[in-house]
Amino acid sequence: MSSTDMNTAPLVDEEELRYARAQKREKIAKWVLPVVVISFAIFMWDRVVVWNEIPHYILPGPGLVIETLIKDWAMLSSALVVTLKITLAALAVAVIGGVGLAILFTQSRYFEMSFYPFAVILQVTPVVSIAPLIFIYVDNRLAGLLLCAWIVAFFPILSNTTLGLNSTDHNLRDLYKIYGATRWQRLRYLQLPTALPYFLGGLRIAGGLSLIGAVVAEYVAGTGGIGSGLAFRILEAGYRLNIPRMFAALLLIAATGVVIFTAASLLSHLLLHKWHESAIKRES
Amino acid sequence: MTLPTSIPPMGQREKLLEMSSVDKVFNGNVVALKDMNLTVNQGDFISLLGPSGCGKSTALRLISGLMRPTSGHINWEGGQDTGDLGVVFQEPTLMPWATVEQNVWLPFRLRGKSLADVRDEIIWALKMVGLEKFQKSYPRELSGGMKMRVSIARALVTEPRLILMDEPFAALDEITRHKLNNDLLELRDKLKCTVIFVTHSVFESVFLSDRIVVMAARPGRVSSEVTVDAPYPRTEEFRTSANYADLCRKASDALHGAMNEHGERASA
Repeated sequence: MSSTDMNTAPLVDEEELRYARAQKREKIAKWVLPVVVISFAIFMWDRVVVWNEIPHYILPGPGLVIETLIKDWAMLSSALVVTLKITLAALAVAVIGGVGLAILFTQSRYFEMSFYPFAVILQVTPVVSIAPLIFIYVDNRLAGLLLCAWIVAFFPILSNTTLGLNSTDHNLRDLYKIYGATRWQRLRYLQLPTALPYFLGGLRIAGGLSLIGAVVAEYVAGTGGIGSGLAFRILEAGYRLNIPRMFAALLLIAATGVVIFTAASLLSHLLLHKWHESAIKRES
Repeated sequence: MTLPTSIPPMGQREKLLEMSSVDKVFNGNVVALKDMNLTVNQGDFISLLGPSGCGKSTALRLISGLMRPTSGHINWEGGQDTGDLGVVFQEPTLMPWATVEQNVWLPFRLRGKSLADVRDEIIWALKMVGLEKFQKSYPRELSGGMKMRVSIARALVTEPRLILMDEPFAALDEITRHKLNNDLLELRDKLKCTVIFVTHSVFESVFLSDRIVVMAARPGRVSSEVTVDAPYPRTEEFRTSANYADLCRKASDALHGAMNEHGERASA
């Protein structure tokens, strides 16, 4: 809001100044604090290992983990590519399947009544318990992995998008009806834009879940197949007591998750910042 | 649809729409509207005034075609198509993801016309409500009154034969409401359009309309009609005139009559 309406010497409001200073501090702290705390945690990790002379096959220090990451980069990076491929493919299929089913659900109540229970059953059954069956019935390992990751990831997209498609303003719905909008026009111009923020919320959850799904499926698929993703490498390193490599692979998985979340958040910001409440910064 | 060049005095206007013995029953037993008869003429500014539950919004929904009467008929002179109607709700009801011009484009867009094709009409409608400079703004950047103006621009962009307004200014502050009342009358004077305006404010109905249809509740029905024979243009001076006060008293009496009618029924 305007600071002063006086055209004499500018008035100084102590409270406003304090508020401005607090804002500035907060802005800096937002970036500095996490960096400082994480650095400190890594430093303490290193110290604990050194002070207690913990052997590297129990707990490797952060330096050794990085060293292993670099040394084994060729193997780990190709494993990362495998896991990433499954994750992203599962996410893509989850988006298509989730949004597609949500649209079908809103087009026909009877369709929703008939098939929603299936979606819930798939969601509440832990993927670890379905995965062995999937690998029995699905010959192709890659398809099996994809299916597992998809089962985990598609539900948040489906339920969020369905909620969004059903959240249209009732007056706008009336207006569309008065103007003689077709079903397709209503979907495209009204329901899909209304559902967008909901969908993007679901996407953020599904991104992380598809990674979890891919990793869990790899564990279940075990060493028998084409498995050379990160989870497989962790299993393999575990058998060989190569703890530093386990940590290095773990680090890559965590980093992948963070990157996926950041990408989804960025996409959300780009699509919503012009109009949606969630993306608008308010004064005061 | 072309609009008339001037509004003839009441009694000489051509018929636009007729509701004859319209009933609406909800859930098989709630009578929302009973035996409503209303003739709307071209150029009429009709207020539907009444307590809540008197069926004024139901009447509007019936006229807009969102609901069908349980019995009775609603007939448009010369038939009706989707461009004949403009609607303004109590909320601005704008699409937050669309700019002002895209919002005003909606009635045309739903008829398959591109934005470029109807740009002139959109600019014309925005000029009518004084918002031509805000074409590219998003609704969230506008004040409550400005959002309402966009909503009005959207309602009149197709030059409809009839504009339905369902308590459009009820959620606005008094000052903004007065301003929009004045502007609405100015618009009506320019466009010679026909308006049905739902309100529960006696003062607003007297200021705006030339016919006030007073409605009573349980069951919703027309109780009486008050003719406001003050000449247009009506300005702020009219708002403070003795004539206005008299007319308000008349409308207020009619409204109380409608409420007592209900009271008698209840006690009987």
